[in-house]
Amino acid sequence: MTRARRSAPASAPAAAHDHRLGLLRTMILVRRFEERCAELYSATRIRGFLHLCVGEEAVAAGVLGCLGADDTVVSTYRDHGHAIARGVPLDSLMAEMFGRVTGCSRGRGGSMHLFDRATNFLGGNAIVAGGLPLALGVALADHLRGDRRITTCFIGDGAVAEGEFHESLNLAALWHLPLLVVCENNQYAMGTALRHEHARTDLALRASSYGVAAWAVDGMDVLAVEGAARLAIEQIHGGAGPHFLEMRTYRFRAHSMYDPDRYRDKAEIAAWKTRDPIDHLIGLLRAEDRLTDDVLARIESEIDTLLEAAVTTAEAAPLEPVADLTRFTTSERGGTP
Amino acid sequence: MSSAGRPTMTYREALRAALREALREDERVFLMGEDVGAYGGCFAVSLGLLEEFGPERIRDTPLSESAFVGAGIGAAVAGLRPIVEIMTVNFSLLALDQILNNAASLLHMSGGQFNVPLVIRMTTGAGRQLAAQHSHSLEGWYAHIPGLRVVAPATVADARGMLRPALDDPDPVLFFEHGSLYNTSGPLEEDPAPVDLDHAAVRRPGGDVTLVTYGGSLPPTLEAADHLAAGGVDAEVIDLRTLRPLDDATIMDSVRRTHRVVVVDEGWRSGSLSAEVSARITEQAMYDLDGPVERVCSAEVPLPYAQHLEEAALPRPDRIVAAARRLLE
Repeated sequence: MTRARRSAPASAPAAAHDHRLGLLRTMILVRRFEERCAELYSATRIRGFLHLCVGEEAVAAGVLGCLGADDTVVSTYRDHGHAIARGVPLDSLMAEMFGRVTGCSRGRGGSMHLFDRATNFLGGNAIVAGGLPLALGVALADHLRGDRRITTCFIGDGAVAEGEFHESLNLAALWHLPLLVVCENNQYAMGTALRHEHARTDLALRASSYGVAAWAVDGMDVLAVEGAARLAIEQIHGGAGPHFLEMRTYRFRAHSMYDPDRYRDKAEIAAWKTRDPIDHLIGLLRAEDRLTDDVLARIESEIDTLLEAAVTTAEAAPLEPVADLTRFTTSERGGTP
Repeated sequence: MSSAGRPTMTYREALRAALREALREDERVFLMGEDVGAYGGCFAVSLGLLEEFGPERIRDTPLSESAFVGAGIGAAVAGLRPIVEIMTVNFSLLALDQILNNAASLLHMSGGQFNVPLVIRMTTGAGRQLAAQHSHSLEGWYAHIPGLRVVAPATVADARGMLRPALDDPDPVLFFEHGSLYNTSGPLEEDPAPVDLDHAAVRRPGGDVTLVTYGGSLPPTLEAADHLAAGGVDAEVIDLRTLRPLDDATIMDSVRRTHRVVVVDEGWRSGSLSAEVSARITEQAMYDLDGPVERVCSAEVPLPYAQHLEEAALPRPDRIVAAARRLLE
């Protein structure tokens, strides 16, 4: 799928069965969470902008499973999958969708701005490429302190057209920072196709022009994603500087719930759906006789129970008192905002 | 040595002394920006610091305002205490997205989880014939943004004493240095106390009229006050010091004593900080006023190069004196 010199090396030795089941469970959890959110949105129980990552679950599951607890993650406005795979508590994520004070951002962030200090989840950033300089700074802090940590920044293909992408990759390479940039190339920047927004559509090549190690990866194959992420992280830990992974993937749904999706060919969507990352892993596990219908049904049922509980808890959760409207504008020290 | 026996220092040297002290006392502090290292600072503020602290802590950046300001934000969130220098406020507009959408918003957007203890220094203002793209006073725009603290040291002592409290602030602080102040000098204590960033300073007490100003407009305003004094008018001069949050109490206290106000602001009049100060006086002290609030601002043009035109555009002492006299007629 790409020229050999930039391809990710073959993935690590076959992961243990339990590990693969874990990846499958994470992907199914992300998908069911988002399907539930879409239902709640259509029923006007949750509002705002809602960007779903259905079809892209392999990237979140594959990359985030490779990170250590101390590593930092910076995400985009399409951040549900990243937050779930990072381990941000499901109840707090659902409460955030409902704008409740028990939400991971106390209802002040919503779908696009999920934050969680406990898991070093430094937010969904809704400015395209806006998270890159921020991630650069966290990596710089780790570098200056000599900490053995890395920062992972997710971006979309649209971000590669922004100046901040080029400024940040230049600086990350110049300063040799422990930064992993994961580009979810889902082929569309909002409603504009890659070929209409980029003079050169090979995004890994563009990142590599800054001296950043860059590979293109099949983003629909969670094991390929995981193999590439693991190798990149090992190399960053080994002092090889920043890495860029172009995950070639696809969103099965529109850009947001407002998007009528008139710009995509139905045949194209159907073709990508034959490469569904969840079906792909299920097929792989079944071919090895490692996944029974019972196990799959148990996973689905367990997730269903978790999500129902999260929705029930979220809807019953309190709202932040309006008296606290201006809290957190500045730090609390008795002064005026 | 001054007559008081205290050493004198330039505004530039005072800033450098404050930077050196911060770098020595806290290993989390580092300076990052355009020409801060090998060049010695665009305005020679950081001259010599590279030799003393090395390239990790006196970090030259490319001309990538958005990336290096954003990197300062990330480093602050991650526990360091970065001081980011941008050559002029005009260039900071290339980093406005990072300053507004990240620095000012992360704490609130995250429900109080992520602080941004960052200081961003930059020059502002005109008076050096640098023309439109290096001369504007846009600090009032930044003072519009909730989540930021905006300060403007106008004296040598404030240049020396404002950095430490700015670094101690758990939130982002924008630090505006007027280009015409770098060569000004004044006496300074050996070990000056930190400046209180919550309060404005009364630079000259007086009972006839209040002149409210800040930053690079303080010297012409004090000069205007001297002219007024020669004519028997006792002007009080207030230096705002902090443009956000504004210290309403000091302003209103003065207005209630003098009943007349001139606001001097090098920003453009429309939608400016002077408009905000004027509106607050109307809201809080209208019945203490003997006349409308006067404003002396920059002419509403992109600042011109030619010296006579630039001078005509700025709030010079004669314009301040004329505004004060109109109120006293």
